[in-house]
Amino acid sequence: MASIKIENLVKAYPNRRHHRRKGDPYVPGQMIKVLDDVNLEFADGEMVCILGPSGCGKSTMLKILAGFDTATSGRILVDGREVTEPTSDYIFVFQQSGLLPWMTVWQNVELGVRHMQDEEEKAAQIQEYIDMVELSNFEQHFPHQLSGGMQRRAELARALVVNPDMLIMDEPFTGLDFLTRMKMREEVVNMHEFIGKSILMVTHDIDDALVMADHIVVMGDTPARVKLDRKLTFDRPRDIGTGELAELRDEVYFMLGVSYVV
Amino acid sequence: MLRSISEWRGANQLLPAVAFAIVLVLWELVARFSGWSETVFPGPLAVLGSIGEMVENGTLLQHSAASLYRVTVGFYIAALLGIPLGILLGRVALANVILNPLIQFLRPISPLAWIPLAMLWFGIGDKPAIFLIFLSSFFPIVVSTAVAVGAINPIYFQVSANFCLSRKETNLRIVIPAILPDVVTALRISVSIAWLVVVAAEMIAVQSGLGYLILDSRNALRMDYVMVGMIVIGLIGVFLDYVMRRLGRLESTAWARKS
Repeated sequence: MASIKIENLVKAYPNRRHHRRKGDPYVPGQMIKVLDDVNLEFADGEMVCILGPSGCGKSTMLKILAGFDTATSGRILVDGREVTEPTSDYIFVFQQSGLLPWMTVWQNVELGVRHMQDEEEKAAQIQEYIDMVELSNFEQHFPHQLSGGMQRRAELARALVVNPDMLIMDEPFTGLDFLTRMKMREEVVNMHEFIGKSILMVTHDIDDALVMADHIVVMGDTPARVKLDRKLTFDRPRDIGTGELAELRDEVYFMLGVSYVV
Repeated sequence: MLRSISEWRGANQLLPAVAFAIVLVLWELVARFSGWSETVFPGPLAVLGSIGEMVENGTLLQHSAASLYRVTVGFYIAALLGIPLGILLGRVALANVILNPLIQFLRPISPLAWIPLAMLWFGIGDKPAIFLIFLSSFFPIVVSTAVAVGAINPIYFQVSANFCLSRKETNLRIVIPAILPDVVTALRISVSIAWLVVVAAEMIAVQSGLGYLILDSRNALRMDYVMVGMIVIGLIGVFLDYVMRRLGRLESTAWARKS
């Protein structure tokens, strides 16, 4: 379990371009802000979905949360401790497959528990999580021998076997076909309800967020600011076509400047 | 309908021999009708006879073994030193900044330019030849390894950090398997370079090897032996490439071809 507090988070990169082009708002050498004073708070065990247009700094925020990147100013506290480096307490699930392609499913899952002393117990635990994501009999397969959805599930098993406090997912459904997406949605929500872990997920898909999240955040503009920060207390399974959820859906679509009625 | 390479091969097993047959016929015609004497331009049949002769008295095997021994030793030393150095250059920025300019400076100097120094430093015998082989393979291996390390998907390092792999574990479980396919390709290329260089190296400081065979036969005006040397060099070159290609089909590099 993990409660997260993001305080005055700012991230800026130096502009690497040497010549100013026409219409370029940035001066060479100047810092370009991607996150501007972001303040957010998530409770223990929440399923959080962060929405926003591409390039708005959502992924950067996740990378800072995971300890892969550092903030320019401000900080992120997890259970009151400031994040300074990666730890296996929060596991990152990557946009494209983060499985190591030269390792089998078994070896990938083993990565997180490689230091367990008792070999039998270790094997049992690896098997348990592989079974949980329904990849029994695929233990000795390499990632390239699996479909996109199976790869994503193998990565989930690898993440969960270390019993992390939190999963950080960066557009985990990218590149999956529609049916696989729908199934993965359901699986992630079930997993969340079953094991009660905090999940922070970045997505492009407004419907993903409305169906899955306990808490949604909409980010926008460059540099990114928080445009909407709301808890969703609706029971699951949810119908996003009617009532309050439908209204919220319209609001979010409007906020992101798009319409689903074409 | 245009057929693919494999379809043509399947259609007739003898097709790859066509060009060889044409060259052999032209060779025989030139040898007979050009007016050059048998000594200057021996025909294929005469050369075949010489091959039989040299196989029988063991000289061909002896020279081939000598050349292969030098290539093997020089190449192994180059790989044993070059791969770790390449990993160091790819992983440690400071090492790269300091060493890379030196390597880029030494790399374009042909190994053959080192011949005078090699002879002076290592005398005659196997050592200077092995040194030249080493030089010829070392730089391509270092540079290709460093490039391969630099090209590793940064996600894999983030996975490594996320699961708290130590530096040693990262090298063993991430870096080495990730670069293996590229390194095998680099080894395949450098072994052909090494094979090119060994023949040249043997023309100077040694009394054995296929390069020596060619030089010595020229001095004895035995052009048939020169041709035998060339043919065997070609055959062994094809064989070495075949061995390296088999190495590239290892299971541990299979992921790179399929993903």
